[in-house]
Amino acid sequence: MASEQLEEYLESILDIEEKHGVAKTSAIAKCLKVSPASVTEALQVLSEKGYVNYEPYRGATLTDQGLEMARKVKRRHRLLEVFLTDVLHISEENVHDEACKMEHTLSDETECALCKLLKAPARCPHGSLIEACDRDVESCSACLDETEPAASCSRDEPLIPVTSLDPGQKATIAFIRGDNSVIQRLTDLGLTLKTEIQLVRKAPLLGPVEIGVRRTRLAIDHAIADHIFVHACREKHG
Amino acid sequence: MSGCPDCTRCGPLPLPSPGKDEYVVALAGNANVGKSATFNQLTGVDQEIGNWPGKTVERAEGLLQYRGQRIRVIDLPGIYSITALSTEEQISREFIAHDHPDVVVNIVDASALERNLFFTLQLMELESPLILAVNQMDLAAQKGIVIDFARLAGLLGIPVIPTVAIQGKGIAELSDAIIGAVRSRLHPHLISYGKEVEDRISRVVKLLPDGAGGYPPRWTAIKLLEGDSDAVWEARKLAPDAVAAAGEFARELEKIHGEPAATVMSAERYHASERLVAEVMTIRPPGDNEVPLTERIDRIALHPVLGYILLALMIGGLLVWTFIIGAWISEILTAFLSGIAPLNPLIKGTAVDIVFNGAWTGLVAALTLIIPYVIPFYLILALIEDSGFLTRFSLMLDRGMHKMGLHGKAIIPLVLGFGCTVPACLSCRIIESPKQKFLAAFLVTLVPCSARTIVILGVVAAFVNIWWALALYLLDFVLIVILGRLAFRLLPGESVGMIMEMPDYHIPHIPGVIGQTWQRTRSLIGIVLPSYLIGSIVITAAYAMGFLEPINTALSPITVLLLGLPVMTGVVFVFGIIRKEMTILALAALFGTTVFSTVLSPVQLIVFALVTMLYVPCLSTILALAKEFGWKKALAISALETGLAIALGAVVFRVLSPFM
Repeated sequence: MASEQLEEYLESILDIEEKHGVAKTSAIAKCLKVSPASVTEALQVLSEKGYVNYEPYRGATLTDQGLEMARKVKRRHRLLEVFLTDVLHISEENVHDEACKMEHTLSDETECALCKLLKAPARCPHGSLIEACDRDVESCSACLDETEPAASCSRDEPLIPVTSLDPGQKATIAFIRGDNSVIQRLTDLGLTLKTEIQLVRKAPLLGPVEIGVRRTRLAIDHAIADHIFVHACREKHG
Repeated sequence: MSGCPDCTRCGPLPLPSPGKDEYVVALAGNANVGKSATFNQLTGVDQEIGNWPGKTVERAEGLLQYRGQRIRVIDLPGIYSITALSTEEQISREFIAHDHPDVVVNIVDASALERNLFFTLQLMELESPLILAVNQMDLAAQKGIVIDFARLAGLLGIPVIPTVAIQGKGIAELSDAIIGAVRSRLHPHLISYGKEVEDRISRVVKLLPDGAGGYPPRWTAIKLLEGDSDAVWEARKLAPDAVAAAGEFARELEKIHGEPAATVMSAERYHASERLVAEVMTIRPPGDNEVPLTERIDRIALHPVLGYILLALMIGGLLVWTFIIGAWISEILTAFLSGIAPLNPLIKGTAVDIVFNGAWTGLVAALTLIIPYVIPFYLILALIEDSGFLTRFSLMLDRGMHKMGLHGKAIIPLVLGFGCTVPACLSCRIIESPKQKFLAAFLVTLVPCSARTIVILGVVAAFVNIWWALALYLLDFVLIVILGRLAFRLLPGESVGMIMEMPDYHIPHIPGVIGQTWQRTRSLIGIVLPSYLIGSIVITAAYAMGFLEPINTALSPITVLLLGLPVMTGVVFVFGIIRKEMTILALAALFGTTVFSTVLSPVQLIVFALVTMLYVPCLSTILALAKEFGWKKALAISALETGLAIALGAVVFRVLSPFM
């Protein structure tokens, strides 16, 4: 299976999984516009390679390895969409398809350069959140201010934005995206790196999220909270 | 502490000397920790108390007389850091750094010690004599928090006093500590940060000349490392080497930590704060399955459906209550006052008669408006505020506010605007970005305040019908949204999102609620009564001297041709600039009747109320806007709203005339 095809499969499984919990063969077939038979075949290959857990008749879910790969491709896709829209001014209807083709050939170096050029954007033109990169940095200034390209060492574990936590779930802050003024505001209120926080609740309609930190509770604008990336703690509370 | 001979920016410094007749004490701390309550207990002045962060928008002053000492107490706005740059933080930072108070009392919330001590550590960097008042001990005790005060005092090297300010507990001990501190002037211990940071701080300190800028050298060194623009600007001439070295060290720190140097410093302070808290605080674990009260209320108040219902009920209830109770009290008061002397601002006679009549009319208008409508409004608002619901409204409405380029905190001035526009404009300071602050103030001037509501009710609801009155209200809300969106697009500057602390709910403290209602009402009377009296006298005099006829003639192209109103309304609108509800009074006096339907058609009544609702904000509001944003912006808002009122009035007149 070509890597491009593999990545497309993982991406669509991620999309379907986020909506329905499990990606059924028929749903994947519809999404990728291929026959269900070839989906079944592909899922068996992906399962052998350890990217998905596949149960015939039930569907597929991503393994940790698959999830990491899918998120990486998604990140590149959305970064490319921002680039195509904001820098090249490509017409809106073509942006998605163009990005779909380009995302598979992007190197880590180009991805990082693109992220720097676009000043670490938070969301794609369609409003979906862009994942944090897998470089081992704690804030964007580490990338944006550096003159020589740093040795690429990647994080041990993928990060998730604080807005993706479930209510009651605990996590530790690993990375804050954005310019220094945002980071300073958050830091002054106690949201320092490696601090344990708890997502208390999310207000409806992408409203502010309420976060418990250092025995106080803060309501934080959803767009600002998107910049806070965390390692989720395994066990859930509440 | 030494004065700075070459610098005249901050004026002469009050040099402390033992036994001088007056000392200055500043109260500082995070927002919503009980500074205002402590201030009131110390000085007996009624400072507003509420349960939302950012209420003390300007510093308040009072006098503490204790054991033969006169001590001036300054209540500073609540801030979380001395680094950041909102107006409130600027006021506090400048006062502590430049005015050198004899003692700074840092009030902290016992339940959130870690976050509060972060700020304490910054005050300690400033090396001014410090006292720590650990407030809200009762709430902390309920949560099972136990603090070893003696140990905390030992670690910090400053007096630590437990208090429950709202009940006056610990205030005597705090007063004693203040007296002790102004006499002994003890300086806090040095709390050191991580080695790699401390090394760089001391190397910058060595490069600083003695007493540079009047600040402690260590503080200057830390600010230079953080790249604080004010500190760099001040040190550039005195110690260029130190500035250059600090810049180099900051880059090193950034390299080591992968984050900006200012963030590294904040993280260091938080680490120090964590260590302190670990040493002095123990928590008794809560009982099994015990859901805190705040969490149980929030499950309803912040519920996606129930929350909005609750919000609508509370704000709707607040307004309905205000106008039912208000109308009732107003009627009684008007009847009582007109029994004493008749109301007629348009009277001719001797100069004494004119002044007396003008003053009396103004006084009656003030009494029959403020007391009946504003007091019930502020009373319920104080209950909503003190219990902690107002911050939940902010959270629930944040998303909607985004449409107008604002965020959830702006709901606080907008709700206040239903009472009186003036304090609402001033409360816009709780919003951080200058653009959003101005935007919020602009929209506040459009919110139907109690005066405008009286005009709508008294003219339209009384003589056309209630539905047209509600339609006007609705039109006003639509205009607020449309103009908000337009202004958001057109105004330069950026909008920043909300970060707000969510306080716990508590049962409102009734004496506090009553005190706050009285305080707000009193300050409102202070603002509006003079303008009522003077304005009323001026207009009565102008009428007596025959100046009104030319005004009517001059305004007739607008009033008669565009708006289809009688020529006499020109003067009425001029009256309204002083106070909007005075238009009713003027209308009655000019037409010689209070039954407006006999002199104006329904369309004219609607147009009249619409124009009154929208045109020029009243004089007190214009003054408040000018004070906050400058005359240019205040006059621009006035001109824009007047133009809008005339244009809309003309359209409504032409649209409605064929039907009514």
